[in-house]
Amino acid sequence: MIPLILFYIAAAVAVGAAALVVTRLNASHALIYLVVSLLAIAVMFYLLGAPFAAALEVVIYAGAIVVLFLFVVMMLNLGRRTVERERRWLEPRAWIGPGILAAILFVEMMYAIVGNAVPTASEGVGPKAVGIALFQEYLLAVELAAILLLAALVGAYHLGRRYLSDRREEPSAPGRKEFPPEEASS
Amino acid sequence: MPFDWTWNWSYALIVPLAVGALLFALFLVWWERRLLGWWQDRQGPNRVGPFGTLQAVADLIKLLTKDDWLPPFGDRAFFILAPAIVAGSMLMAYVIVPFGPDLYVADSNIALLFFLAMSSLAVYGVLLAGLSSNNKYAMLGGLRAAAQMVTYEVFMGLSVMGVVIHAGSFSLVDIVEAQRDLWFFVPQVVGFVIFLIAGLAESHRLPFDLPEAEHELTAGFHTEYSGMKFGFIMAAEYLAMVLTSALVVTLFFGGWLGPSFLPPVVWFALKTAIVINFFVLLRASIPRPRYDQLMSLGWKILLPLSLVNLLATGAIALALSD
Repeated sequence: MIPLILFYIAAAVAVGAAALVVTRLNASHALIYLVVSLLAIAVMFYLLGAPFAAALEVVIYAGAIVVLFLFVVMMLNLGRRTVERERRWLEPRAWIGPGILAAILFVEMMYAIVGNAVPTASEGVGPKAVGIALFQEYLLAVELAAILLLAALVGAYHLGRRYLSDRREEPSAPGRKEFPPEEASS
Repeated sequence: MPFDWTWNWSYALIVPLAVGALLFALFLVWWERRLLGWWQDRQGPNRVGPFGTLQAVADLIKLLTKDDWLPPFGDRAFFILAPAIVAGSMLMAYVIVPFGPDLYVADSNIALLFFLAMSSLAVYGVLLAGLSSNNKYAMLGGLRAAAQMVTYEVFMGLSVMGVVIHAGSFSLVDIVEAQRDLWFFVPQVVGFVIFLIAGLAESHRLPFDLPEAEHELTAGFHTEYSGMKFGFIMAAEYLAMVLTSALVVTLFFGGWLGPSFLPPVVWFALKTAIVINFFVLLRASIPRPRYDQLMSLGWKILLPLSLVNLLATGAIALALSD
């Protein structure tokens, strides 16, 4: 009984925080609510008997990915003007379409869930079991994810690389006469 | 079983542990200053009480009575939240430290991951402190802290995976038990060195205290903090150092194991004290690297090294298993 109550509390926190993520005008506030939502989801994973997934949810999503989001938001140094613009974008008129679509999905989801009790697990799936499942049954998915990540890595490397080489071609001092390209390449 | 909802006597440890850890951090401020003084051939705090031991109390009184100023130009909620996140996440991580064979608050099959999770949440405290201060030094410090901690977290996790392969478990109690014959320091010396460096960078202490480098960033991400909020950030730094030392001992130096003429807890405390003093010695002797040197050391040397270490450990474990 207690796990079930805790599950519903965590679920309510997750949904509430997710709603706040969408409606906050300040990007950094929204991101902190996103972290809260992810932590609540980690609690739900734990209660459903997946401690390994719960830990990875915190380590990777909350601990690394959203940190980088926040990092970017800090770099952009968004001020009051951005908040004003966000306020204009979040007019009630903009809510109607997505609201209707989300409501349809919500009804469908409730229809699917009703009648099925929440499967709070009596036994947890440990890290070892997860590892065995990943590298035997789901090996193909792991390999595909690895290829995707490799592509992302190569892309990031390429972008960083071009930036660096552009910098190197810049004239070393302002006001210095630039050579025509054919002369510079020879 | 993932859940055990019955009362466990180890939960009685929680409050003494939290209070003890904070008091120990306070003591450590004095101890570190004395050691630094000794190593740098000067006195250190020696005026208040015998050997200056009451200096810590004096510091505490000063912090508690100081004006707790909130910057009117900053983000009030985050400014208050940030020190709580830093100190709270560090204190939470103490839950999994096994001080003795039966002396720990909780142990599970994800204990080590829990530590990594908590240390990665601590980034938010530092980042929010920098962001909410709305001050360019604090902002730069926060950015540096975030980049540094995210970077070093990556191979902090990878460096301990060798230990996990040897022990076959994420549970810290199992890891200690697996070291009865041989401390993991011997087969995992590369992992040990990487974990030590990463732990130093995670707790952003000297020589890796670039987020708060005082010669270029005033006080970095906690420039605007005063009073007990500053005290919490300071305490969190020492908590992180003690925690890293305790984990170094647990993962690589056999935790509470030792000859039986001393109780296990004493062995654990002695080993941890040695590692803590080593951290202070590092602070006293190594100059601060430049920020880009720190990042390239991380990505270009330590990350490949930890991957190779993991690969080699895995290959050897596989070869020996059949």
